[in-house]
Amino acid sequence: MAKKFDGLVDFQVQSLKYRTRVTKKFINRKKYEEPDPRQIKSYIPGTVIKIYGKRGKKLKKGNTILILEAMKMRNKILMPFDGKIKAIHVKEGEKIPKDFLMVELE
Amino acid sequence: MSLKKSILDLRRRKEKVQKGGGDKAIEKQVAMGKLTARERIQALCDKDSFTEYDLFVEHEARDFGMDKKELHGDGVIIGTGTIYGSPVCLFAQDFTVAGGSLGLMHARKITKIMDHALKMRVPLIGINDSGGARIQEGVNSLAGYGEIFYRNTLASGVIPQISVILGPCAGGAVYSPALTDFVFVVDNISKMFITGPSVIKTVLGEDISMEDLGGARVHAETTGNAHFFARSEQECFDQIKKLITFIPWNNETKARAFPPKPPKFKGKIEDLIPSDPRQPYDIRDIIRAVVDDSDFFEIQELWAPNMVIGFGRLNGETVGFVANQPLVLAGVLDVDSSDKAARFIRFCDAFNIPIVTFEDMPGYLPGVDQEHAGVIRHGAKVLYAYSEATVPKITVILRKAYGGGYIAMNSRHLGADFMMAWPTAEIAVMGPEGAANIIFKKEIESADDPDEMRKKKVQEYKEKFANPYVAAAKGYIDAVIEPSETRKLLLHAIEVSANKGVSRPKKKHGIPPF
Repeated sequence: MAKKFDGLVDFQVQSLKYRTRVTKKFINRKKYEEPDPRQIKSYIPGTVIKIYGKRGKKLKKGNTILILEAMKMRNKILMPFDGKIKAIHVKEGEKIPKDFLMVELE
Repeated sequence: MSLKKSILDLRRRKEKVQKGGGDKAIEKQVAMGKLTARERIQALCDKDSFTEYDLFVEHEARDFGMDKKELHGDGVIIGTGTIYGSPVCLFAQDFTVAGGSLGLMHARKITKIMDHALKMRVPLIGINDSGGARIQEGVNSLAGYGEIFYRNTLASGVIPQISVILGPCAGGAVYSPALTDFVFVVDNISKMFITGPSVIKTVLGEDISMEDLGGARVHAETTGNAHFFARSEQECFDQIKKLITFIPWNNETKARAFPPKPPKFKGKIEDLIPSDPRQPYDIRDIIRAVVDDSDFFEIQELWAPNMVIGFGRLNGETVGFVANQPLVLAGVLDVDSSDKAARFIRFCDAFNIPIVTFEDMPGYLPGVDQEHAGVIRHGAKVLYAYSEATVPKITVILRKAYGGGYIAMNSRHLGADFMMAWPTAEIAVMGPEGAANIIFKKEIESADDPDEMRKKKVQEYKEKFANPYVAAAKGYIDAVIEPSETRKLLLHAIEVSANKGVSRPKKKHGIPPF
C-alpha cells in the first residue's frame, strides 16, 4: 500500500493540480506587483541625507528629489517625469530599508 | 645536550605548543559547546593516524605589539591522517589561539597542506573556526585568503575538498568553503556570512541575529551553501566519515567498492507508488528500494527538497542519484533545484561516479519570481551538466516526464546511455489536460457540452500519448520495464558501462551558465 503523507496541499503546475508539500521558501516568495512610476521606493537600504522638495512642489524630469546615502555613496534620487510631489514619507536623517516608499508623485 | 635530554626537550616543546591558546582559552571553547581543534581531528581520523606538520611555526608580525605575542602553531593545525584507512590531508583552525585569526604564517600552513593534498592526490578536509583576518597583519591576511582560494580552484575536480564549519566563518573566509565540494555545518555552532549583524545594523539599520543571518539551519535550508546539517559535532564527523566511503581519492581513481548487498526493502516496488499520478510518494523510498542495503546517503536534504541528490551503491559500487521528489512542490524544476542537481552532476562526472536519474516531474515551476530569478539561466545548468558528463548516465522514468523537464532530466537527447521507463511513464510535450485543451480547442469550444467534450479529448490524448510507447517507438526509450526489474537492470547498466569511452572535441574548458 502506498504511504500516507501529512501536510499535503493542492499545487497547480500547468493544467493539473497535484497533491504535494510546499516549501517555506515557496510560501514566502515575493508576490509580483506592477511597478507604479508615481511611487518612488528606495532601491537600496540607506539614510536620507537631504530632501529638496516639499508637498505640492512642481519638479522637472531629472531634478533631484532627495539624496539617499547608502554604502558610503550619496545617491541622487531623480524625478522620473515632470510632475508634482504628492507626499513625502521620509525625514532627513531617517534610516530606511530597501523598497521603502519615500515619495509619491502626481 | 645528551640524546635523552634532547628528546625530553622536544617533548616539552611539543606539549607546550599543543596546548594551543592555553587552559583558559580551552575552557572558553568548551563553554561555547565546541570541541578543541585537536579533539576534532582525533574524532575525525582513525585512531593514532594523524601526523602533524608545522607544529613549531611562528608568526612574523611585528607591528601593533605582535612581536611580543606568542601564537602557538599560529592558530592552525595541519597534517595527514586516515579515515577508514583512506588517506586525507587536513587543517583545523584553533579558535583558542588569537580566535583562529588568519595571518600570513597561518595561511602558509593551510596552503602547504593544500599543495600536499593536490600533489598526493588525496582529499582535503578543512575545519573552519576563525574570527577572520588577523587585522594586525593587514594585507598579508588578505594575501593568505587569496592564495587559499586559488588552490581551492586548482584542486577543484582533481581531489575532493570538504569544508567543516565549526565556529564563526565570516567575510573572505567563507569563500574557501564556497569553492569546495561539500560544506558541513552544525546547529548552533556554525556561522557563515559576508558581513555580520553589527555591520548590517550600522550601515542598513536592519536588525538580525547571527543565527538568523547565517546559522547552520539558514545555510542548510535557505541558501543551499551547506550540504550536510548535524545536531552535534560528533554527528557531523560521522557524516564526513560516511561521505569519505562513497567518494574516490582523486579524479583518476574510482570510489572504493564494497561487498555487494541486496536492498533491505523486501516489498513490491510498485506498491510504493500511488495509482493516481497526482498523488505523491517519497522518491527516497524508491531509491532505498533499489540500492545496496537500502543505504541512501542524501546530500542537501533540507534545501530545494523538490530535487533529491545523494549517493548509494549498486553491486558495491558508488552511484550518484538525481531524482525529482513528487512529495515536495510536485517535484518541479526551479532555480534552486536546478542549481542543486547541476552541481552534483558535475561532482559525479569529475570523480568517475555513474549517475542514475529517477524522473517524475510535471515541468518547471511557473511564476514571476522564478522567471525574474533567472530560471532560464539556472535551468540551463542542468542541461549543461548532463550533456557535459561522460560518466555512465542512466535514466528511469517513473511517471511524468513533460516538456522541457523531459529533456532536462538526462534524456537520450542529452546523451543518456540507458533510458528505461516504467509502464506508468507519461512522456509528452505537456500534461494531457493542457495538450487536449490546445489541440482540440475548436472541437471543445463548438461542442454542445464543452466540459464533456474536454473530458473525452483528454482521455483520448491520455490513451494515445501519455505513455512510454510513443517515445519507445522512436528509440528514445531503450526499454519499458516492470518496476520490479529496476534494480536488476540498473546493475546490468553499471556492469555494461564499466569501460565507457567518450571522445569530445578538445577545448580549454566550456562556459557553463554559472
